[in-house]
Amino acid sequence: MTAMLELRGVSKVYGSGPNEVNALRDVELSVDRGEMVAIMGPSGSGKSTLLTIAGSLEEATSGEVLVDGSELSGLSPNVRARLRRRSIGYVFQDFNLLAGLTAAENVALPLELDGYDAGTARATGLEALRTLGLADRADHFPDDLSGGERQRVAIARAVVGNRRLLLADEPSGALDSVNGEAVIRLLRDACRTGMAGVVVTHDAQLAAWADRVVFLWDGRIVDHTAPPPGPESLLSGPEQ
Amino acid sequence: MSVRHALLALLTEGPKFGLRLQQEFESRTGEVWPLNVGQVYTTLQRLERDGLVASDDEGGEGPQKDFRITPDGRRELTEWLLTPPNTDIPPRDELVIKVLVALRVPGVDVHQVIQAHRRHLVEMMQRYTHVKAEAAEHDLGLALVVDAELFRLEGVVRWLDAADARLGQVYAIPGRAPADVLDSQDRVSGRR
Repeated sequence: MTAMLELRGVSKVYGSGPNEVNALRDVELSVDRGEMVAIMGPSGSGKSTLLTIAGSLEEATSGEVLVDGSELSGLSPNVRARLRRRSIGYVFQDFNLLAGLTAAENVALPLELDGYDAGTARATGLEALRTLGLADRADHFPDDLSGGERQRVAIARAVVGNRRLLLADEPSGALDSVNGEAVIRLLRDACRTGMAGVVVTHDAQLAAWADRVVFLWDGRIVDHTAPPPGPESLLSGPEQ
Repeated sequence: MSVRHALLALLTEGPKFGLRLQQEFESRTGEVWPLNVGQVYTTLQRLERDGLVASDDEGGEGPQKDFRITPDGRRELTEWLLTPPNTDIPPRDELVIKVLVALRVPGVDVHQVIQAHRRHLVEMMQRYTHVKAEAAEHDLGLALVVDAELFRLEGVVRWLDAADARLGQVYAIPGRAPADVLDSQDRVSGRR
């Protein structure tokens, strides 16, 4: 498998002198197509910084970030912006939907910004909403949707247009457990179609949906889970 | 887990024989709790002795003998459903003891001990989540059993996270180690 996202020796320092904060220290991470990786760690461990650097929303102080084989710092700002628009989808805890646009318009917007004509953008957006079970909500505004529906719109916006890298920051943070599970199932399904996913969370139940869980502590990757041995191992416990 | 009461519950649907009870028990608990048929028959004998079930004499002895629940059995089952499980006494949790011991042992990195257990728990949670993800949507029994286990494991992970955060606060005081804090508590309470 080819890595869709690769972080090589990535460090991030904020401030300088006595105020210097090492948000990330020498992080190595590789995420394949079709794979979902969860990043767990306490507040301030560098989880969100890792995600914004992986998504090219912020630059690393040192090290290399490769998305689909392209090293981000070697790209011109324009090319990088295009890569961000076309290849990377983001899902945030607070949904980040534009209140003045309908669900369908929110999903179609990134496609229109990327040069699709309005008709194609809307049709593609509606198809993404339909896949996520929101066909009948397409013309509703975010304020008229429930939290779970809003997050599904945000996922539709993140996966629409054949994006390859899906980045999510506490995607179920504002939802109850049933809606949270629905959201993480959808993210996992998106990864199964070939996207590479990175989900940042402090919630072990959410992280457990990932193929691999990476533990971050004080800016360093300190541990990760082993590949699962399969569910049958759960059924061989001692008899009651 | 009360096999006794689970069998009474299955018999509220009508008379059943031992093998069928065993199969239904396993399928309704998502096959997470295996139960052997011998244990089913032993439990049925005790239930019969206590007057909570009665056997169908017409079926004769043997594996095809039907059992049915008695009015006393129904009362016992209702009472059990409404009785809180015994959560009053905290169990002697081996993990809590390991973390407490780790604080005492020189040269042991408590964070590392905590992380080893956290990783193991999350790996267990991944396996249960896989079971849930692959299960048919209508398998309510399995979903409930797996959810219960996931919430229990998550609770332990959250305790480890809280323990890690507490240790971080103690280490943040210059010249102080967790063992010092334990010692001072021991002196206050006169233990040791």
